[in-house]
Amino acid sequence: MSGTIFLQNLFNGLTLGGLYALIAIGYTMVYGILRLINFAHGDVLMIGAYLAFYGVTLMSMPWYISVVVAILGSAGLGFLIDRVAYKPLRESPRISALITAIGMSFFLESFAVVVFGGIPKSFLSITPRFLKKVVVVFGARIQVLTFFALATTVALLALLLWIVYKTKIGMAMRAIATDIPTTALMGANIDNIIGFTFALGSALAGAGGIIWAMRYPQINPYMGFMPGLKAFIAAVFGGIGSIQGAMLGGFILGMMEIMIVGFFPQLAGYRDVFAFVILILILMFKPTGIMGKKLTVKV
Amino acid sequence: MESKRKEDYLLFLEHVTMRFGGLVAVDDFYNGVRPGELLGLIGPNGAGKTTVFNVITGIYTPTSGRVYFRGMDITGLKPHVITHLGISRTFQNIRLFYNLTVLENVLVAQHHSITNKDADKFLEKHGFEKKGFGSMWLGKAILKTPGYMKLEKDMLKEAEELLEKVELLEYKNELASSLPYGMQRKLEIARALATDPQLILLDEPAAGMNPQETEELMRFITRIRDEFNVTVLLIEHDMKVVMGICERIIVLDYGKIIAEGTASEVQSNPKVIEAYLGEWEHVS
Amino acid sequence: MERRLKTSTKVYLTLGLIALSILLLYVASKTLDTYAIRILRLIAVFGVMAVSYTFINGITGLFSLGHAGFVAIGAYTSALLTMSPMQKEMSYILEPLIWPLNVIQTDFFTATLAAGVMAALFAFLIGYPSLRLTGDYLAIATLGFSEIIRIMALNMQSVTNGALGLKGLPEYSNIWWTWGWLFITVVVITSLTYSSFGRALKAIRDDAIAAEAMGINVFKHQLMAFVISGFFAGVGGSLYAHLLTTIDPRPTTIGVMLTFYLLIMIVLGGLGSITGAIIGAALFAILSEWLRFVEGTMHIGKWTIHGIPGMRMVIFSLLFIITMLVWRRGIMGMEELTWDKLYNWILRLRPRRKEG
Repeated sequence: MSGTIFLQNLFNGLTLGGLYALIAIGYTMVYGILRLINFAHGDVLMIGAYLAFYGVTLMSMPWYISVVVAILGSAGLGFLIDRVAYKPLRESPRISALITAIGMSFFLESFAVVVFGGIPKSFLSITPRFLKKVVVVFGARIQVLTFFALATTVALLALLLWIVYKTKIGMAMRAIATDIPTTALMGANIDNIIGFTFALGSALAGAGGIIWAMRYPQINPYMGFMPGLKAFIAAVFGGIGSIQGAMLGGFILGMMEIMIVGFFPQLAGYRDVFAFVILILILMFKPTGIMGKKLTVKV
Repeated sequence: MESKRKEDYLLFLEHVTMRFGGLVAVDDFYNGVRPGELLGLIGPNGAGKTTVFNVITGIYTPTSGRVYFRGMDITGLKPHVITHLGISRTFQNIRLFYNLTVLENVLVAQHHSITNKDADKFLEKHGFEKKGFGSMWLGKAILKTPGYMKLEKDMLKEAEELLEKVELLEYKNELASSLPYGMQRKLEIARALATDPQLILLDEPAAGMNPQETEELMRFITRIRDEFNVTVLLIEHDMKVVMGICERIIVLDYGKIIAEGTASEVQSNPKVIEAYLGEWEHVS
Repeated sequence: MERRLKTSTKVYLTLGLIALSILLLYVASKTLDTYAIRILRLIAVFGVMAVSYTFINGITGLFSLGHAGFVAIGAYTSALLTMSPMQKEMSYILEPLIWPLNVIQTDFFTATLAAGVMAALFAFLIGYPSLRLTGDYLAIATLGFSEIIRIMALNMQSVTNGALGLKGLPEYSNIWWTWGWLFITVVVITSLTYSSFGRALKAIRDDAIAAEAMGINVFKHQLMAFVISGFFAGVGGSLYAHLLTTIDPRPTTIGVMLTFYLLIMIVLGGLGSITGAIIGAALFAILSEWLRFVEGTMHIGKWTIHGIPGMRMVIFSLLFIITMLVWRRGIMGMEELTWDKLYNWILRLRPRRKEG
């Protein structure tokens, strides 16, 4: 691999990793609190991309307004999913909520097929022109979009960390992740905090979905499935429940995926397998991930 | 303390220590259960009593020390193997199979006798006769061969006899979850007996019971000891419960054995009084 | 008071039911049109898959999301065995099929058995590492394995013909093969479920720690259940391939979507019930055909209503979520339909005589 191609791969890996990180945070925050794999999280990403798409094409909004509306819409959707599908099952066995989450994912996908149509739509018309320009960095041709995506991702991650560690609601989120009953005793409204967590995670997923759609300029009802699964793997890799872990896991996973294909082009067809292999290895040998805490079963 | 010979004991814990990170849950436990006795293991909350149970039954492997049962070193064996060798238990927070009937709960406890190859190998290696009906080939269960049907019939008969002895036979077709609390406790003990144990470990069997129920349960425990010819190791948090029925008592505090003896010996031991100080009022 | 029938009565009733079913299937095969017969065959194929799926998810209580992977293994295995060497040579246009697969051809029964055995082998290989995990981690790991299987199928050109898939398989899965295999599946799974082994599995489902403490080798039992379930999933895959007459490695045919469909069936039918799984499979097969009208164009008087493609799946997923939220036991809960239950039910229907 030549230096310029390596540089290109490096940026691609960082961008992809950043996207995984953005999506993984939603999984890890929800899992940290409810011990629930929110299967529908990947589909929120898809809805976010479609909202941005229709904001521009149908409502003729400028792209930046459409993007903001789409992100808010994703947040609202995440909140709604929790209220409708998960909240009634808080006291039920954990597996019931998981099954419902799968149903929710399935619903969002089939809903999207009905409302948006099953045929993929090009996202190119949405992407603002300046992002499509190509700049040359040390001989490597890189789209402005790559830098933009990376910068946006980093900014969003920083914003998230600020919310989680510096605000009151963030403190409440961290508190219920440790101990729900105690936090409830201290007078916090658990359902609102959980709802906020869903909204926050979904907003990031929505943003991730829009960047995803710009980079792979196509949207379809099933586009959220694979990135969702891989982001979940990133969350497990980083240590489920840990936000920094999810970020780290996302970047490592994205980088690994790009680099393996970069070095061994003949493996390109197996690209989607790597993540699963990593997942299985992690689950076998270090189920707590890089930064996770050990959960023990009390007998 | 006088020196102990592990040969005199059915179960013996030789310098067993269990550490979790920095926490020492059990500290150099050197004691055991004599054949046929009813031994009480008591101590304040968090003294490490349940950890001792979990070490004996193989849920935890001790950090150091060995566990001997019938002269065999059973340290580090899997729980299902240890059960087959003859140690059975109940849990502090009842763990029945709630979607199964009372009868099925007992039948499940007999299942290990037809399929526990690892444990039978271990028994034979130590010169004991292996237990159970021999190997179970799944094909026989699918084809319902006469041999298999007889096996099921024998298990059923045995289970019903057991339920009769513990006065639960009339509820045999009820779901375990539908039983009242006291009977669930009883069923859990019956289930433990169904594994055909030599030693039975009862983890706070009287927890959550009123004084009258507790008294009844204590009588029940003495009765099963004689009727089923088992040795009993009983954990109790409340001293009063064990005083009446246990022949010997070991007191654990912060993972250490602080006293051993009969009820009256233990009760007058200053160390025990100190350990229980906060809780003493409701004991006497 | 529950009343029970004599065992011999139940045996006669069962034999009678089998005879009646054979007769009904015979009549159906002679009188119904091909479309209706296709639905009947589909019910049986889904039935095989759903019963094997509920054995692992409902009865053993392991939440696996990898069933479609075993179906895929079975489908490919048997397709490669039933296709004629000439057909294979013509299908594999990008890369030839590897030896000895390119020359082997067997009958359908052997191929289906082989499909089951191959899927069982994969179930063992996948189960051995992943059954150390519990709950949702197991779900994700099995989902991962089934996706790996699908992606392998997509890429191993010289074995699976890659994205081109396999087409023009002989349509062997007639009414007798499909219902015959459903019968075998139900007999085997039911016998196991109501044996000491099955009780142990249910005990593990209720409380694995207590089961282990009662002397049950939890891991070994789970693995055995997983392998048995894999076997019948493979059989189901063979039947499915020879019903559709094509296989391709898309998520909707043998991928994660199929697992979701199966999940819908066993949840609607009642997680943990074999009868429920069959009812769920039948409901799914019938409803998904019947609901086609919502996707087609309708004419009511002079108005024309345009159908909405994909609407069926919206309805199914809503039904599924609502079931989970308000009616989690599904149609059967963990119960089975037995002669005793039917008998008691009929007794209750009769006008009650005065007592005392």
